Amino acid sequence: MAEHTVITPLPGTFYRKATPDSAVYVEEGAQVSADTVIGLIEVMKQFSELTAGAAGRLGAFLVEDGDPVEPGQVIATLDPA
Amino acid sequence: MTQAIRKLLVANRGEIAVRIIHAAKALGIPTVAACSEADIDSQAARLADEVHILGPSRADKSYLNVEALLGALQVTGANAVHPGYGFLSENADFAEAVLAAGAIFVGPSPQTIRRMGDKAEARRTAQEAGVPVVPGSPGELFDVDSALEAAESVGYPLLIKASAGGGGRGIRLAENAQQLSEEFPRSQREAQAAFGNGAVYLERFISKARHIEVQVLGDGKNAVHLFERECSLQRRRQKIFEEAPSPALNQQQRETLCASAVRLTEALGYTGAGTLEYLYDDVTGEFFFIEMNTRIQVEHPVSELITGIDLVQAMLRIAGGEPLGLRQSDIQLNGAALQMRLNAEDPSRDFFPSPGQVDTLIWPQGEGVRVDSHLYQGYRVPPYYDSLLAKLIVHGSDRAQALARARLAVEQTTLTGMASTLSLHGELLQQPWLHSADFHTGTLETWLAERRSGGNA
Repeated sequence: MAEHTVITPLPGTFYRKATPDSAVYVEEGAQVSADTVIGLIEVMKQFSELTAGAAGRLGAFLVEDGDPVEPGQVIATLDPA
Repeated sequence: MTQAIRKLLVANRGEIAVRIIHAAKALGIPTVAACSEADIDSQAARLADEVHILGPSRADKSYLNVEALLGALQVTGANAVHPGYGFLSENADFAEAVLAAGAIFVGPSPQTIRRMGDKAEARRTAQEAGVPVVPGSPGELFDVDSALEAAESVGYPLLIKASAGGGGRGIRLAENAQQLSEEFPRSQREAQAAFGNGAVYLERFISKARHIEVQVLGDGKNAVHLFERECSLQRRRQKIFEEAPSPALNQQQRETLCASAVRLTEALGYTGAGTLEYLYDDVTGEFFFIEMNTRIQVEHPVSELITGIDLVQAMLRIAGGEPLGLRQSDIQLNGAALQMRLNAEDPSRDFFPSPGQVDTLIWPQGEGVRVDSHLYQGYRVPPYYDSLLAKLIVHGSDRAQALARARLAVEQTTLTGMASTLSLHGELLQQPWLHSADFHTGTLETWLAERRSGGNA
């Protein structure tokens, strides 16, 4: 089974949490659906939700909370259901 | 003891960092661009005499990092900091830390920043200086009879607001005493349910408010005003198009408004450039102080163009210990000026951010045209910060000429490589209500909504 990836279409800053004090949206290894929010991308002070895009089990995050990201960059791996 | 500015640390980025560097150069002051790793290739870094890297791209690790900025002062030997707008510009603790490090903070004292940053305290200070504030009930109200009594002095229409409220919850509108009697108990119940506290108060509702603000300059003893700016055209409380003077005021109103701003500024013993924001009621002609911004503002150029005074140079001179050197009678209102903000946002996609690389860039030229921008051909606009790309500013002998020059300026501008709000300004300048200045703080959003549903985007 081919491994899928979650890619950001936007440049900006990646966050795994809604606010610095909240829990992460999803843990590595969690079951997700296509529209599960896995993080936020902040572009020019506006926040967009990043969804898993496919159902399955979330693998590892390849970027840390608060890291700068580029369009097309892989955020996390995903084993499709 | 006052000390002269020997070397200036510019603690900001974008167009305002460029603006500050130009002002410092004009005064012969060497500059240090304190910037993030994302801004190493910025226009400010290219123009400044020195560059100091504060930290990574994220603002909290660079432009908001007080330790890094204090370190920059030490390493570069700069003895003054200009904070620009946003970031740490209205942070009293930062101003205090700069002073404690033996350097000059280009702005008012930490005490003044703190005082005007506290809304209740600012309101109290304004009242003491005889500056009108939005009428409200003196305290919390618990029954309909006392509400009706308080409403006599507040005036209708009014809002019933939850003391513990926020985010618009628990707010109800009453146009008259009848409605107040009906709505008051509902507000109390709503406030109790939403916030666990049924206390409410009354505040005058201004249905068609304009946002008008007065530019002031002070040297700690004396203060002057540079007339007012009209900033009613806003989207999500962000100003998009500004002008000076306000087309809504007559000479008498202008004098009264600006004199009130000078009174408050002198009462504060204010040092530097500041702005007092007011709501102006188009229906009654009343104005009410809402808050003071203790820094330079994005829209300061329109005030510069109608008065011929360079505000950023004035800030640096005053911070270096020079007296104001201006009397009110020295400052004449000359013509009209407009400012259009170009943001890296796509008006056809609900203003979605659009960072990118500048491809073709042609700025407008001609009489009465000024562009404040940090863009250059090939520049990559980073996604980490504010979306402001440039300010197109025009001046004319009157408002009609300024509007005509604004149209030409928009037509002459070419910016490719990213979406921007340039086209929006082209459309805006065709609106009859803009030409007749028939607008208030809700007008732009109403127009944008109609434009969307009309499908002529």
